[in-house]
Amino acid sequence: MGEQIIKIEGLKAEIDGKEILKGINLTVNTGEIHAIMGPNGSGKSTLSSVLAGREEYEVTGGSVDYLGKDLLELDPEERSWEGLFLAFQYPVEIPGVSNINFLKTALAEKAKYQGREAMPAKEFLALVKEKSALVELSDKLKNRSVNEGFSGGEKKRNEIFQMAMLEPRLSILDETDSGLDIDALRIVANGVNTLKTENNATIVITHYQRLLDYIVPDFVHVLYDGRIIRTGDKNLALELEERGYDWLIKEFA
Amino acid sequence: MKYTEEHLKEELKDKEYEFGFTTEIESEKAPNGINEEIIRFISGKKNEPEWLLEYRLNALKVWQEMVEPEWVHVKYQKPDFQGISYYAAPKKKKELKSLDEVDPEIRKTMDRLGISLEEQKKLTGVAVDFVMDSVSVATSFKEKLGELGIIFMSFSEAVQKHPDLVKKYLGTVVPTSDNFYAALNSAVFSDGSFCYIPKGVRCPMELSTYFRINESGTGQFERTLVVADEGSYVSYLEGCTAPQRDENQLHAAVVELIALDNAEIKYSTVQNWYPGDKDGKGGVFNFVTKRGLCETNAKISWTQVETGSAVTWKYPSCVLKGDNSIGEFYSVAVTNNYQQADTGTKMIHIGKNTKSTVISKGISAGFSQNSYRGLVKIGKGATNARNFSQCDSLLMTDRCGAHTFPYIECENSTAQLEHEATTSKIGEDQIFYCLQRGISEEKAISLIVNGYAKEVLNKLPMEFAVEAQKLLEISLENSVG
Repeated sequence: MGEQIIKIEGLKAEIDGKEILKGINLTVNTGEIHAIMGPNGSGKSTLSSVLAGREEYEVTGGSVDYLGKDLLELDPEERSWEGLFLAFQYPVEIPGVSNINFLKTALAEKAKYQGREAMPAKEFLALVKEKSALVELSDKLKNRSVNEGFSGGEKKRNEIFQMAMLEPRLSILDETDSGLDIDALRIVANGVNTLKTENNATIVITHYQRLLDYIVPDFVHVLYDGRIIRTGDKNLALELEERGYDWLIKEFA
Repeated sequence: MKYTEEHLKEELKDKEYEFGFTTEIESEKAPNGINEEIIRFISGKKNEPEWLLEYRLNALKVWQEMVEPEWVHVKYQKPDFQGISYYAAPKKKKELKSLDEVDPEIRKTMDRLGISLEEQKKLTGVAVDFVMDSVSVATSFKEKLGELGIIFMSFSEAVQKHPDLVKKYLGTVVPTSDNFYAALNSAVFSDGSFCYIPKGVRCPMELSTYFRINESGTGQFERTLVVADEGSYVSYLEGCTAPQRDENQLHAAVVELIALDNAEIKYSTVQNWYPGDKDGKGGVFNFVTKRGLCETNAKISWTQVETGSAVTWKYPSCVLKGDNSIGEFYSVAVTNNYQQADTGTKMIHIGKNTKSTVISKGISAGFSQNSYRGLVKIGKGATNARNFSQCDSLLMTDRCGAHTFPYIECENSTAQLEHEATTSKIGEDQIFYCLQRGISEEKAISLIVNGYAKEVLNKLPMEFAVEAQKLLEISLENSVG
């Protein structure tokens, strides 16, 4: 077993006074891929938002240890600098800001936090070239404004490209498969698999088992009503595909 | 040599100068108020020819019959026109030995703007002669320009050296009776810049002036006149920075551009006057009339980045008189705290096949109010005229306001007019996305705002663009809410 990256204990969170997470327990170690599945409204996206530090959500209980630090005490940008990456379900458009400039700024800020010199332009461009090839992102898209006018598939590929550039320790993919056709799905999955090392870990949040044919999880967790009600291996996902969630929910109730 | 009356006269002239104003009084200042006597005083101080005095006196009459305009969405304490001194020669400023003596706040801002140390010295008066207040203009590369026959000097100097040119063009684009503040300016203008590019000459460098308001309580009434003769080209930069001030300062400039046949003028402004403090106290009132006239095949392009002033009224406009002439207006106007800006442009199409483009980007933060007010007018004879207007507004908070007042008057059915407008609030989503990628909030805002304003910033000369970007960043600090 690898080194512990994140340990979530009894995590509770609410938005506008409504409790969404009702006590999440989850530990992820290096080298592992965890899938979180569950019906709509079970709290999957809330979990990723809370881990990334979105302000609208109020954490009302529990703790999150991330690489020995109290994650909940860190600002969103500090979480990023510490290697936490969230691939957004709906990547945001930033008109007038080129993808390249955006990433250059992001990398420079991280370097500053780590007390390193910013990467020289030449090295940076070489890295862009290498990493964009992973998800087959064209030069045209790299120089366009961040996500502006990108198709759904291009946006998701761009997320994985950014992930590759930032080299996170823990990546959370929030429904990265939604809106992808089978080719784009394969490209995205291929990118994620290539980026997997013995030193990092991935949490894949998804509705469908389909993505897990390409990104094979070590663990599958079922989230329902703000709690993880079942944990298994990849076969659990297959079983869910076949039988749906109802049987599990009944068992839980 | 025999001592003659002539000698005595000469001596007395010097004496009067010596004891009259400049040496005894730190700043030679006209008494407060405006009347015929004051106008004569100003004109006399500047040793102006009779026709210019007449011009001023006529303007005073016109002004006295005018009523101060009221604008919607702009609220401010009206200036007391009799409480202002209309003339101040530069006082001998205490020369500082090094930058260490400069107010650290001002230095910090200049550092962040990326202003070079040399420039900083110049701007703060460290052992370098520099321009301040209403008199004179910084002219550089004068020799080189002279070789090409380009005239670039202070307005007062031009009145003395090139009276014919000044007389020929002064007031031809902005007539005295144009508006309340133009009339006031025509009566009391103190100084400004004059620029003439001869036929067929392409000015090889960006002409720039730095105006500053330094004398507390002194109104600034600059007059700028740029004439590009047939087939010539000039790029003119106007940049402003000002130290902090407690009281309101009135600024009512008039800028006239004349592009003769086949000429092109590019006029860029970065304006950063004191906007008042966080509670809306103090700040400069900037009521400016800027207009250009295009003859056949001529082109005038206005680019402006406005971040300063407590209250701004400004409508750099183009009169497209000649056939095939082109007018452009690119503007970024930022308002924060309690600033109020009412800016825009007028594109007056008179000639055939005339084209105009208007790109206006308003950014409102704090409790500020930011309005675009524009007119596109297509005259009867303006066959095949075209206009494209785009007015975007970006809101940083939910307490500020953005308003758009586009007017179109079209008297020719062959015209093609397009107008696009958007209003958006800077997204929490955009900022969170940046934060998640490790871009801090301040940087994120700067990225988003600069991205938004990019179309306009791209029109600025390179070094200006860099400064303008940083200016936007500083102006909008802690402004999202």
